[in-house]
Amino acid sequence: MTVETYTPRAFHRQAHDALGNPQIRSNFRRAMDGLMTKRRDVFSDWDLETLRELGANIRLRALARLPDLLEQLEANCEANGIRVHWAEDGEEACRIIRELCESHGAKSVIKGKSMVSEEMHLNAHLEAAGIEALESDLGEYLVQLNEQTPSHIIMPAIHLNTDEISDIMHDKTGTDRTRDVDYMTAAARAQLRERFMNADVGVSGVNFAVAETGTLCLVENEGNGRMTTTVPPVHIAVTGIEKVVEHLRDVPPLYALLTRSATGQHVTTYFNMISGPRKAGEHDGPREVHLVLVDSGRSRIYQDDELLDTLRCIRCGACMNHCPVYTRVGGHSYGTTYPGPIGSILMPHMLGLEETKDLPTASSLCGACGEVCPVKIPIPDLLVRLRREAVGEGRGNVHGAGVKRTKKEVAAWKTWQWLATHPSAWRGSLTMAGKLRALTPSKLGPWTQYRTAPKLAKRSLHALVKSHRREGEGES
Amino acid sequence: MTPVKLYPPKSEKVYFFGTCLVDMFYPEAGLDGIRLLEREGIEVLFPEDQTCCGQPAYTSGYQSEARAVAAAQLKLFPEPWPIIVPSGSCGGMMRTHYSQLFAGTDQESLAGEVASRVYELTEYLVHVCHLQLDDRGRAETVAMHTSCSARREMGLAETGPMLLARLGQVKLVEQERAAECCGFGGTFAVRHPEVSAAMVEDKVQAIEATGASHFVSSDCGCLMNINGRFEHQKKAIQGEHIASYLWRRTS
Ligand code: SF4
Repeated sequence: MTVETYTPRAFHRQAHDALGNPQIRSNFRRAMDGLMTKRRDVFSDWDLETLRELGANIRLRALARLPDLLEQLEANCEANGIRVHWAEDGEEACRIIRELCESHGAKSVIKGKSMVSEEMHLNAHLEAAGIEALESDLGEYLVQLNEQTPSHIIMPAIHLNTDEISDIMHDKTGTDRTRDVDYMTAAARAQLRERFMNADVGVSGVNFAVAETGTLCLVENEGNGRMTTTVPPVHIAVTGIEKVVEHLRDVPPLYALLTRSATGQHVTTYFNMISGPRKAGEHDGPREVHLVLVDSGRSRIYQDDELLDTLRCIRCGACMNHCPVYTRVGGHSYGTTYPGPIGSILMPHMLGLEETKDLPTASSLCGACGEVCPVKIPIPDLLVRLRREAVGEGRGNVHGAGVKRTKKEVAAWKTWQWLATHPSAWRGSLTMAGKLRALTPSKLGPWTQYRTAPKLAKRSLHALVKSHRREGEGES
Repeated sequence: MTPVKLYPPKSEKVYFFGTCLVDMFYPEAGLDGIRLLEREGIEVLFPEDQTCCGQPAYTSGYQSEARAVAAAQLKLFPEPWPIIVPSGSCGGMMRTHYSQLFAGTDQESLAGEVASRVYELTEYLVHVCHLQLDDRGRAETVAMHTSCSARREMGLAETGPMLLARLGQVKLVEQERAAECCGFGGTFAVRHPEVSAAMVEDKVQAIEATGASHFVSSDCGCLMNINGRFEHQKKAIQGEHIASYLWRRTS
């Protein structure tokens, strides 16, 4: 399947296909079970709630002063020799990066993992301009070889198992067909190593941008992030404007939450802190460092005091790992850059509710996502808020608000409201329904495809309580 | 964890809010809940004008309809008695979402006051009544499914199992992935039937795999979903509301 085939509009069809694909089902189930276990084990010796509270507060504090902090970040980055660029949307960000590449005559770009670059389709943009962009994160690399998009924000190739990976590598790079993970990793490393050495520009994401020091923090496990940001002569970091934190001391708790929530690790193998280009007398590092700050609808989210909570996200992926829907349908079904619970509350802002109207309802509101979110984003409440927006009962702050409002649905809810606010009519209809229960349809649309229809009780609780009271009186 | 909740002493009277699903599909469960409370010497008031907590419209985004229906319930509990709800999801709606639903309206403080008196039935039986049970049933194994709302909105994953543990002849068996949603989710089951079906399928398999002869839940939404699936597959195992189970074994 190729990149373009997934769209949020086709959620139902894509989910249907995924549900019917035993390979996808078992790959996701196994991977999510593993990730849930790892997270649980690594937090067992921590006062998780205290740490989550701290994490949430750090993010809220940063967001409360976001405009100031961004200015401070810009000033301190510039003072450190990092050039800062502002992009209103993905297109502008792509253009900035392309022009930077062109100004250096760059023909090849090596990339570290960056969801923002996925969000703005940077690779396609660069390739259209004749610049090759190669992913260097192992998962991203495999996904790119397979002409797909990531299916998870932390583990882009989580939808693939060892056999599938072996096939992809064999088909696209000529390696031996094998189940030997070490062999495949070594092969990929050799393939990538050469590209690192020859790349003209390195593009990376950012996990935390520290305002007070102008430092860009990058969390990773494979060393590809460090290679990307130190080997090529030019490093361009790209990030959403919400990734800023106030102080350097805010980073350790967020880092602790991020790695534990994401992969169950105490620390990652690499933690990079980038504070400027190579200085005189230094032996390595890029000659130029750029930071591209992307808005893409984020400042619109920022305007709404409820939706704002969406921007706390530190992209750990724990909400996906614990989501019973994501586990069943996989990341591609969502058809969006960010899948799962975070995607369902973020993507409507980026793509509009017209495109994404099925995503906020693709949750049973079980609350698992909110329970694990390290920065305590009330994801279920935000899903409900977006459902409200979709049916035109919100504040109208989301693009496409009201798109799901249909006469039929409104009429149904109005009828329900009338009955539920006219108690005697309610009781009457229950009595009636009880008498006519033999006529209860045995087919109730989608429900009875997989379940037997529930049977209305002969007598409602209202009626039972009445008789019970009478009996009680009789006894006394 | 959720902050420690301090429970009041046992009240002389309580209100019972039956919920619409109990009213329509599982009325016996409601009545059995009332009987359990009465056996503890509590007078149970059942406001006749109760209908629905408003949750179906609320989670569908129909805020004004939800508010109108919820507002009609707010008036039904004028005395300061606790309000007992035999369902974690309606309890969660009333306790945690009413404040949001009525924020900035005239009923805001009333909604908060009512919310502060809401208890889920098993919660009240365990933490306030300190219910002791004299098990008269046969020895059997039972699995419990705790609804997501009871578990996460109300923090009550333990109260059901605690009650079952007080039944001398009953062995409680744990299902795999006990904390995972059964796939009901109100209108979710209808809007995303296939995903919901995949979820309930895993749930029925997990319950079956425990080898339990019975399963109980304190949420009728989950019961309807899981039982519906069992029945569709012509499986003998059927779940019942925990109130009915407790009453049946101890009366
Ligand atoms: S919403 Fe929370 S759990 Fe989900 S990716 Fe963001 S920080 Fe992690």
